[in-house]
Amino acid sequence: MATPSKLYNFMGVRKLALAFSLILMLVSIGAIAVNGLKFGLDFTGGSLVEIGYETQADLEVVRDQLEGAGFENVVVQTFGSPRDVLIRLQADHDPALGDKVLNTLQAESEQTLELRRNEFVGSQVGEELREQGGLGMLLALFMIMVYLAFRFQLKFSLGAVLALVHDVIVVLGFFALLQVEFDLTVLAAVLAVIGYSLNDTIVVYDRIRENFRLMRKSDAIEVLNASLSQTLSRTLMTSITTLLVLIALFYFGGEMIHGFAMALLVGVVIGTYSSIYVAANALLVLKVTREDLLPPQKEDGEEAEELP
Amino acid sequence: MLNRYPLWKNLMILLVLAIAGLYAVPNLYPDDFAIQVSGSRNTAAMDTATLERLEAALTASGVEAKATEMQQDGVGLIRLASSDAQLAAKEVITEQLGSGYVVALNLAPTTPDWLSSLGAGPMKLGLDLRGGVHFLLEVDMAQAVGQRLDVYVSEIKSKLRDEKLRYRAVDHLDDGRLAIRFVDAETRDTASSLLLRTYQEFLVDSQDIDGEAWLYVNLTEQTIREIEDYAIKQNLTTLRNRVNELGVAEPLVQRQGRNRIVVQLPGVQDAAAAKRIIGKTANLEFRLEAAPDASRALTETYDFRNQPGRTAVLEKDVIITGASVSNAQAAFDENGMPQVSITLDAKGGQLMNRVTRNAIQRRMAVLFVEYKQRTLVQTIDGERVEKRIPYTEKGIISLATIQSTLGNSFRITGLDSAQESSELALLLRAGALAAPIYFVEERTVGPSLGAENIELGTLSVQIGFALVLLFMFIYYKVFGLLANIALTLNLVLLVAVMSLLSATLTLPGIAGIVLTVGMAVDANVLIFERIKEELRNGLPVQSAIHSGFARAFTTILDANITTLIAAVILFAMGTGPVKGFAVTLSVGILTSMFTALLVTRALVNLVYGGRTLKKVMI
Repeated sequence: MATPSKLYNFMGVRKLALAFSLILMLVSIGAIAVNGLKFGLDFTGGSLVEIGYETQADLEVVRDQLEGAGFENVVVQTFGSPRDVLIRLQADHDPALGDKVLNTLQAESEQTLELRRNEFVGSQVGEELREQGGLGMLLALFMIMVYLAFRFQLKFSLGAVLALVHDVIVVLGFFALLQVEFDLTVLAAVLAVIGYSLNDTIVVYDRIRENFRLMRKSDAIEVLNASLSQTLSRTLMTSITTLLVLIALFYFGGEMIHGFAMALLVGVVIGTYSSIYVAANALLVLKVTREDLLPPQKEDGEEAEELP
Repeated sequence: MLNRYPLWKNLMILLVLAIAGLYAVPNLYPDDFAIQVSGSRNTAAMDTATLERLEAALTASGVEAKATEMQQDGVGLIRLASSDAQLAAKEVITEQLGSGYVVALNLAPTTPDWLSSLGAGPMKLGLDLRGGVHFLLEVDMAQAVGQRLDVYVSEIKSKLRDEKLRYRAVDHLDDGRLAIRFVDAETRDTASSLLLRTYQEFLVDSQDIDGEAWLYVNLTEQTIREIEDYAIKQNLTTLRNRVNELGVAEPLVQRQGRNRIVVQLPGVQDAAAAKRIIGKTANLEFRLEAAPDASRALTETYDFRNQPGRTAVLEKDVIITGASVSNAQAAFDENGMPQVSITLDAKGGQLMNRVTRNAIQRRMAVLFVEYKQRTLVQTIDGERVEKRIPYTEKGIISLATIQSTLGNSFRITGLDSAQESSELALLLRAGALAAPIYFVEERTVGPSLGAENIELGTLSVQIGFALVLLFMFIYYKVFGLLANIALTLNLVLLVAVMSLLSATLTLPGIAGIVLTVGMAVDANVLIFERIKEELRNGLPVQSAIHSGFARAFTTILDANITTLIAAVILFAMGTGPVKGFAVTLSVGILTSMFTALLVTRALVNLVYGGRTLKKVMI
């Protein structure tokens, strides 16, 4: 009937992949260190007002109008469509700020303007959120490590977390490099990336574990290559379907979800790569052996014999 | 036989799916724009007759009501065709009813009766989809404790006077202690034991400094915590009352963390009015005007709020505050000037009575107190730090001669406008805030932005879903088709569970659904790839299907549990919209496991099970 699946020599280029990952990480860390993340309102605190114009708005005029009315440190930009204007202010909280901005602009415009959104976040709240976000990410990584150490083995758990840290840093680096705004939804996306990339890694690890038991005569590299080859089509399929919906979200989901979709797009691509070249590679670096998986071998022994 | 499910198992799956369908269906019925009317307090009740009157008034002014109905708890609901009709109707109704009724904009579900009798209803929409206001308020705990200490100062003074223990001064120190200076050490020691007996919550410390006898009073840790808890609870009640007075359908007022309160007002379009009422930390203080010969240490001078330049000297002691007010109504006096009629509670009435009895022909001032804050931006060590400096603004609104002993009802005048009197009455009625609050976060989403978010969200779900269906069918053929059915059912199940949990759908929540659609096929892909592999290894079709499902199981479990860990952490630390994302993601993971492992299996069994097959398309 069908022919056995093709065997790819994934680990043959592992040194190249290692170098690539290292460069990727260095660039990302560099970008984060030099540029820093462009934190959004959620994390920095401040005020934001979104105004809807009927026709394309002239940002220069809007800025001048606001500055003329005594608003200081105003950042004006379009949001999504050229008719939506986003105004950021450093001002402290004033319950009537949104209306003040609207009235100022309305007074000088013949169109009917609409206050679409008005947000204020206290600097203290922003700071707390930043701290909480970082802590949440660390906690997620830790919990996952514990679960994997329990379900697999410590080396696998280290490898998986290494792959996750790799993914998170690259996504953060991407946002730092392009100076895309990092807000709460992007943080949510980064956590979802952790979930997704892990999913991928575990599928690969599961197969590695299984093959270590089945391929008794092969060495680690052969086992890894076989496992990665066997899971390759699944890895690609799932990545493709996920990317398909993300592309839909990116193009049709609207401006407010843009950063979210972008973080996940980057994350899914890098997560797919890392489950092959970081997670599996890490196992080789950590010198994983068949003996590492010995204890649970007894329970599964029967099944292995039944299906040669 | 291999790959056949027993009948009961198929029936179970069908049953689960049927129930899911039932609970998901209400989401297909679009919400009606509606006006919700209820009587406020006991003054005005809502009934069918009033509702009919309103309907007639609406028809008369050219706004057609779709339907009217009385709900439980005396709430009347008027359904309208459009958002414009809703706004027009609100104006007409408010005019018809006058004050005494609460008129709120709402979105009313149109779930058929037989469905709602089963407890089914649509998902709730978050503020980012529905439009509305979200506030995060911080309660100033230091002030809460400080206010209580001020009360203690008054109480201690009168206690010591009653017991004829002579003291020189009772002061409230900045570090949260009270300092009492006595004439001699002996008096101090008597007073110390008296205070300890009367107030279990005091910790006292006697000190002799420069030959003067001092007594320092501290509050116990537990008392401070109790004061803080009380302040939060009191503020929650007050804010709830205020929100109810505002007329908001389905508001949320909830404690968050140790010292914060979240207020969400869905569908509120006049955000500015909401902010003015909610944020106002106004209070009243009633004080006697100081006697001309009073010592300066016992008096304070205040400006009049509405008469620049005029001041009055008042006693430091407060008779009562707005907290003792049990009812307040705005009205006009004989000269058409705005006034507020006030009724005090029993304790407040007694206090007022006791003080005014001995003060006839003296004047009493009503002091309007407002807590405000200034933000100061400083640069410390190159870092920009915002410092919030709270301050209180007090101004006299009236100073009137006490003609006779006051009981528990009287009126105050000297207000600026009818708006001020009605707002003051509302604030007094709703209760004063036990401690000042500050806005630390605010998010207002306009209704059109909300509608746009729903539209875009739905569109991206549809497109993403269609792409995945197409791709799966092309790649896996018949099996892909089966997976697609399972995927569709997964979506139904997800919506049903979300509706059953009354979970709130937010924009990131929709993104979570989209993501779930993409990731839900993963389990199926794992199974199908495994089956393909088994076929390649030469297994007969039926055994390949069987072992494909069996061997993919642990992988699916491990992969999903770890994703679930990430989602749960996201839920625990996230707020609002992000929480919504975590909820959809978690629910999606669980439902997709059900559909991939059981539903797809059942379908595969139905199509292929129990037959002798040479080949399958996969």
